[in-house]
Amino acid sequence: MEKRVVFRHPVLPFLLVAPQIAITLIFFMWPASQALYQSVLREDAFGLNTEFVWLENFGDLFRDPQYLNSLHVTAVFSISVAVSALAVALYLAVQADRVIHGATAYKTLLIWPYAVAPAVAGVLWLFLFNPNLGIIVYALNTLGYRWNHALDGEQAMALVIISAAWKQISYNFLFFLAGMQAIPKSLIEAAAIDGAGPARRFWTIVFPLLTPTTFFLIVINVVYAFFDTFGIIHQVTEGGPAGATNILVYKVYHDGFLGLDLGGSAAQSVVLMTIVIALTVVQFRYIERKVHY
Amino acid sequence: MVDNRPWLTWLTHGVLILGVIILAFPIYVAFVASTHELDVLLRSPMPLVPGGSLVKNYTHALTQGAKAVGAPVWMMMANSLIMAVGIAVGKIAISLLAAFAIVYFQFRFRMVFFWMIFITLMLPVEVRILPTYKVVADLGMLDTYPGLIIPLIASATATFMFRQVFLAVPDELAEAARIDGAGPMRFFWDILVPLSRTNIAALFVILFIYGWVQYLWPLLITTDESMYTILIGINRMLAVGDAQAEWQIIMATTMLAMVPPVAIVVVMQRLFVKGLVETEK
Repeated sequence: MEKRVVFRHPVLPFLLVAPQIAITLIFFMWPASQALYQSVLREDAFGLNTEFVWLENFGDLFRDPQYLNSLHVTAVFSISVAVSALAVALYLAVQADRVIHGATAYKTLLIWPYAVAPAVAGVLWLFLFNPNLGIIVYALNTLGYRWNHALDGEQAMALVIISAAWKQISYNFLFFLAGMQAIPKSLIEAAAIDGAGPARRFWTIVFPLLTPTTFFLIVINVVYAFFDTFGIIHQVTEGGPAGATNILVYKVYHDGFLGLDLGGSAAQSVVLMTIVIALTVVQFRYIERKVHY
Repeated sequence: MVDNRPWLTWLTHGVLILGVIILAFPIYVAFVASTHELDVLLRSPMPLVPGGSLVKNYTHALTQGAKAVGAPVWMMMANSLIMAVGIAVGKIAISLLAAFAIVYFQFRFRMVFFWMIFITLMLPVEVRILPTYKVVADLGMLDTYPGLIIPLIASATATFMFRQVFLAVPDELAEAARIDGAGPMRFFWDILVPLSRTNIAALFVILFIYGWVQYLWPLLITTDESMYTILIGINRMLAVGDAQAEWQIIMATTMLAMVPPVAIVVVMQRLFVKGLVETEK
């Protein structure tokens, strides 16, 4: 879409885009190109010699059992976060859509966790599950279940999944509720007159019509689990125990910033960039289709 | 509800109330913990009703902070506030200008600029940690407010949103402005910006929260305690280990870290929802 009426000026438009473009070049393009460049170089231990090694860093990366473990951990983590946050949110949205009295109050009470930082969500759940003084750990102990996420990898994973999903429920809830409220009431009423009960109406009418919203939310939730949960991992487990919660974003930070492995970290960055680009393409292709909905 | 099923109504309310309770439970426990003395919290199980040290703990946190961190929480909150407002205002300002240029001007490389802005979507800071850190270090921006703010204010989503808003503005307005002799900047200030007021407000709400919850970036570039944001402060308070952690202060700080963004969501709910839906288009 273009404007019929446009202004003409030799320099003004360039001045207008200049701040945005300057920041993009300095803080986005240049660092990204540096990551690409370093991903094909190898530096010796003293930083004296740099050697061009083609794609060897990537080969090393995909042969490294720790990296493969990190890929696996990331997959388990993001699928679990997305599925649990979407399922709980959908269930709550279905209930909220049915409510006539107090709908706004429920909405307010369910959406505020969106504003809680992931790093803070991590601390809240860390406190509940603290092996020494956590109130939930106390309850689990009285039931005879031992909890120590600092030693048990599966428990650590469960804890970061709960923290991450807890924060994301409100976002999914809002979009599911909006999607449901956009479905014409006449469809639901017609089905009710024909004798379909609430469950039948949900699975044959509401859920299929929510497909675009669901797809959109799946992409958003995966992006969230991949990139925005760094704060949770950093606060709660620091990737441990023994790499059990070492998701890709945490690993790239740990290896690059603390381990100072330039080539390897750059190669990891490039892999992550590829993932983001793929997810963005999926998201934008899908949004084209949402228009017809 | 299209048909009357009383038992289902009760079930619905029951489920929703349960949902609200589960979502609020971690915060409630954190609040309770922030109102007790440390020795009470260390006695397992910790109490589930608020204690009497609320004022004491919060005053202590705000004015002195935890032993492990040499900066009081009010200072960290001020840093977080400066960062969040800086990011929100910065993103809105540069995106308004860029969208204005892209929609209302014909100029060389217009589409090149457009795609360059688009690509920033694909380069979150998480994927270019080291090289971006190096750029900021070379520019001498470590431990400074510009260092916290400027690298995060390029925004494809905000630019696209304003582009959509401007495209919906009737051409007659630009024509009328031109006939009346207004230049492009006059048109921008007197017509476009006022017309986009609600969009700007909605975006500000979303971006303020975005800025407030930033964690990785301040973690990388702040080493000076007086530059810590509140989230980094919490991390440093926890880093001393379980035996030393002053949980009552940490939980008070955690509550304080939640107050500004949660208050904004609750108070400006309509703008918040509008902003959320628009930026995801």
